[in-house]
Amino acid sequence: MSLSQSNEIPNGSGGAAILAAGIGCAAMGIFAFAGDASDSINKALNFYKPSGALSGVTTLAIIVWLVAWFALDRLWRGTAVAMVRINVWSFVLLAVGLLLTFPPFMDLLQGK
Amino acid sequence: MEITTHDLWTVVHGMGFGALFMLAFSGAIAELYHLSTGNVPAQQSPRDRTLLNLYLIAMVVLAWLTVFSGEYIVYPWYRAVPPAGTTDLSLFPRRLLLSSGKTSEWHNVGMEWKEHVSWLAPIAMTMVAYVTMKYGRAITRPRHMRTAVLGFTVAAFVATGVAGAFGAFLNKYAPVRGGSTIVLMEGE
Repeated sequence: MSLSQSNEIPNGSGGAAILAAGIGCAAMGIFAFAGDASDSINKALNFYKPSGALSGVTTLAIIVWLVAWFALDRLWRGTAVAMVRINVWSFVLLAVGLLLTFPPFMDLLQGK
Repeated sequence: MEITTHDLWTVVHGMGFGALFMLAFSGAIAELYHLSTGNVPAQQSPRDRTLLNLYLIAMVVLAWLTVFSGEYIVYPWYRAVPPAGTTDLSLFPRRLLLSSGKTSEWHNVGMEWKEHVSWLAPIAMTMVAYVTMKYGRAITRPRHMRTAVLGFTVAAFVATGVAGAFGAFLNKYAPVRGGSTIVLMEGE
């Protein structure tokens, strides 16, 4: 995604942090939805019994977020990246996270 | 004047970490907006920049403390399973809410939403703090970086608002009770 149209500053690290935040939010929603939709996934997400599947959902989402941030930062550090495209994807991913954590929307997707 | 350990931790989680984090949004949004409009001097004074950085770091710490204390301290008490034959569910908030159709949606919608959406706030605010500290006023060059910073700040505010509001309602209909008693003061 490196290019020169938005090259006033080397914004690669900023772009990496922004897109990774979007990925982390979407991961939170996707894991929450998966745990709600499937009993076997729900059991697999039970990392810490007193907190139930929520412990697996949040742990995995944080890992996905940090790994994505680390990888994107290594890829884009010191470069100029197209912030418009990164913003669009980040907000789409954020919306995915917000929607998939909303129980009535989860139920709608599952046809409940 | 007494308080139980479960009550105390619920207060620390909600009113200590969570409410402080929520209150800090007004300052953060105003300052980030001010920074991103370009109406600040080209060179922010080191003191102003340090203050903003400390403010954002404090918000990030509060955000993570809120969600971790919620998930690993208060939530296990909320979802505790009563022994077979228990009729008084006052110490088992989740089961108490689910025991009646008049209150079950406070759990099925309120708690289920709150417990997940709240985690978006620390992720978003960590990014906001990192980008603001790294770029400062340069988030306006190009302006799209400031769009992401402000957008995710507002999203974190909304997520925190949802979690805080449902936390307050849930604590009204099915408060987390129990634990050992701490005597704070004795009356005459």
